[in-house]
Amino acid sequence: MSESIPVVNVDEEQVLSPDVTVPAPPSFAMFRTLAVIAMLSGLFVVLVVQWAAPYIAANKKAATEAAVFNVVPGASASQTFTFEGGELAVAPEGATGSLVYGGYDGQGKLVGVAIPGVATGYAGPVYVMFGYSPEKEAVIKYQILTMTETPGLGDKVVTDENFLANFDHLVAKLNDAGTALAHAIVTVPNKSKQHPWEIDAISGATITSKAVGNAINSAAQQMVPVINRQLAFIKKVGIETEGAK
Amino acid sequence: MSKPGEYENISADTFLRGLWEENPVFVMLLGMCPALAVTNSAINAISMGLATTFVLVMSSSLISIFRNFIPKQVRIVAYIVIIATFVTIVDYLIQAISLDLYNALGAFIQLIVANCVILGRAESYASRQKLGATVVNSFGSGIGFTLALLSMGAVREILGAGALFGVSIMPAGFEPWVVMVLPPGGFFVLGCWLILFAWDKKRKQEKIGAASGGCSVGGHA
Repeated sequence: MSESIPVVNVDEEQVLSPDVTVPAPPSFAMFRTLAVIAMLSGLFVVLVVQWAAPYIAANKKAATEAAVFNVVPGASASQTFTFEGGELAVAPEGATGSLVYGGYDGQGKLVGVAIPGVATGYAGPVYVMFGYSPEKEAVIKYQILTMTETPGLGDKVVTDENFLANFDHLVAKLNDAGTALAHAIVTVPNKSKQHPWEIDAISGATITSKAVGNAINSAAQQMVPVINRQLAFIKKVGIETEGAK
Repeated sequence: MSKPGEYENISADTFLRGLWEENPVFVMLLGMCPALAVTNSAINAISMGLATTFVLVMSSSLISIFRNFIPKQVRIVAYIVIIATFVTIVDYLIQAISLDLYNALGAFIQLIVANCVILGRAESYASRQKLGATVVNSFGSGIGFTLALLSMGAVREILGAGALFGVSIMPAGFEPWVVMVLPPGGFFVLGCWLILFAWDKKRKQEKIGAASGGCSVGGHA
């Protein structure tokens, strides 16, 4: 095959003599191949996304609703509100951004409001959701939505019963002007809780405990005044939507 | 192994090679990143393995179909586009099946694109073999990958959480070795499995050397 062809051929000769190397395919062949493959892959992806989108939306909704019902014990229906420009409004389907969730019982009576919050933990952001009861003026339960804290240490905030007991009635009372919490929710070192607005940290998981406290405090400082200002509206939405059923 | 222009006949070996002799994780040391990262529980390991198997089989098949159509110069681009397509599909499928699973696997689903088990199969097998052999061989590799991940995930979950597939199996007094579900645990367990495979290989070679040709070499786990 290559017995007598000198290796030092210049380019033009290589193109002319077919034995030397495999000639480069015309650019058209490469273009055609990539175009066909890209079109096929686009088609596949679109088909799958079209098929999966409703299932994914349903999954996400179910996950959020489960979290709302968990942090607002006794609720059996939920309504999403958007928070924009200092006002709460009924959220349209698929709304994103800053959201809170009203939890209502079977008669449409407001049981509590579920508020999501986030703060930086040891290994990344800690996303929490907590239930706030306007009647009790307190946080009534909390749960972690997602986090990447160390298994066996930071993730005790999910399971440690003494820690969870902090949130059975964590006072989140407004100040007299109604603009912020009268006492900020703070995480204090293990076994030094003195006030009902303090969270007793888990020893060995102090940073994550603090993150939970910070997430709840910052979200509560922002949302609790608004919720109390618009309490009549939030209650009315529940009676309208549940009463109609 | 296969050279250009030589087609392999489908045999049991086409499939089994990927399970043992050419096991992607324990023998070829490919796909280390998911093998270390998502094997903290058996269910994560098996899900990751099956997702990878799906992408592997589908993309290898498509590459095998197009093998005479893809110019050599743009083959890597073409492979990556094909692989990325199936990874996107898997990503949406898993979200549709279970959000919890999706959150547990995290970014590692998208990272299947860069999994060298798949690109390796595409380059060394799918681009040279017929569709049938490719499907069988890549399925074997995928199952081999899944079994490797599962054998790591099972060990790590049993020692690190005292459970298997979420079911508690250790006695009540068992204190979980937390390090096993942390990243270092992945390296420990992988190392132990590699020792086992290396020892098995050495033992086989000695056996062949001692009894030349006579006795057959049985599988050993």
